[in-house]
Amino acid sequence: MANSRFWLYFSSPKTFYPFAGKLVPWCAGVAVVLTVIGLYLGLLVTPPDYRMGNSYRIIYIHVPAVWMSMLIYMVMAGWAAVGLIWNVKLAEMMAGALAPTGAMFTFIGLWTGALWGQPTWGTYWVWDARLTTYLLLLFLYMGFIALRSAIDDPRRASKASALLAIVGAINVPIIYFSVKWWNTLHQPFTVAPGQESKIDPTMLWTMLIMVFAFWAYAIAVALLRIRSEILEREKNASWVAELLDSSQDTSSEDNIAQEKSAQGDRA
Amino acid sequence: MKARNKRFMFVVVGLSGLAVAVGLVLNALNSNVSFFYSPTQVQANEAPQDKTIRLGGMVEEGSLKREDDGLTVHFNVTDNLKTVSVTYKGILPDLFSEGQGVVAQGKLDEQGGFYAKEVLAKHDESYMPPEVQDALEKAEETKKQQMSTTSLMQ
Repeated sequence: MANSRFWLYFSSPKTFYPFAGKLVPWCAGVAVVLTVIGLYLGLLVTPPDYRMGNSYRIIYIHVPAVWMSMLIYMVMAGWAAVGLIWNVKLAEMMAGALAPTGAMFTFIGLWTGALWGQPTWGTYWVWDARLTTYLLLLFLYMGFIALRSAIDDPRRASKASALLAIVGAINVPIIYFSVKWWNTLHQPFTVAPGQESKIDPTMLWTMLIMVFAFWAYAIAVALLRIRSEILEREKNASWVAELLDSSQDTSSEDNIAQEKSAQGDRA
Repeated sequence: MKARNKRFMFVVVGLSGLAVAVGLVLNALNSNVSFFYSPTQVQANEAPQDKTIRLGGMVEEGSLKREDDGLTVHFNVTDNLKTVSVTYKGILPDLFSEGQGVVAQGKLDEQGGFYAKEVLAKHDESYMPPEVQDALEKAEETKKQQMSTTSLMQ
């Protein structure tokens, strides 16, 4: 299969490292441009809501952040499973690199939700099914990160945390369908596949622009994180040594001293 | 069987077993997971009498009455099948209005009335500009007028 050879090519940290390095500036650029456009439309162009006035504008942050946090969890659990089953180092690193971004988006989702809840519902927080299962998502992210950093050996840390990530993946569909299955204070789907969207088109497009902005940001940050993890885990590989040597030639004296002391530590 | 196929089966079987277990637990806890009782459930005596519960539904149009003290309000909560009358003393949330969703926390009395300690507004899933809402209301009115004129002609 030519296809599998293509994937194997990128599953090697050595080839993925420069590839990720090339993608980062593009993703970061897209994230910045789309965020500026999205916030401009969201704060200045889109009309106020007929009941909530301007306070609804938090959805341009809240909804993209929440969607991303759930999507990132599924992708993270998927990579963790690939790492566990096929023993792919890069997949393990991918799962680890996604977790902090997912946790951050979950926190933003909870925070903006609380800020919106006070003027809309009359309370910052209730223990309904949607909010409670979503809080659980933050704990799952935190548990994953904590478990990963609690075990010194990176391969064992990845395996243990992969199991947690996979088991926790059950929670994501429960979060998503909670508003459909049970009575909740949180409103049901506004936008969902197979359903006419219940949001004004200009509001919807602005929200989708912010979704793509957050998407690009998440990819950029995850790739940055995975690059540093590749260097850390592969520090004994010859290509990393060559890479550091070549960067020494072009870097300033200070950096050379730092690299040397780092090499001294390693030896 | 190769080790990696074994691990694959382990993950798939484990995950589906877990999904079934979680599904059964959530199904068993169904009534506890729900945030509020609907008026239909309350009328069918599914809600406990002497415990604090939440009641959710729409505020019935034209049912909101304020007492002279300015704080005590009476309104009906409906799910378009049954209604429960609610009494509440306190400040209502800004988005509370007739025809909109509400969740009230409190206790039922023997006569089937509901005494709320806390009232939350429930927001629906639609977001639209005020002009669109005005247009929708106008369309609704013309529809009503047309219906009344056709019924007069008959």
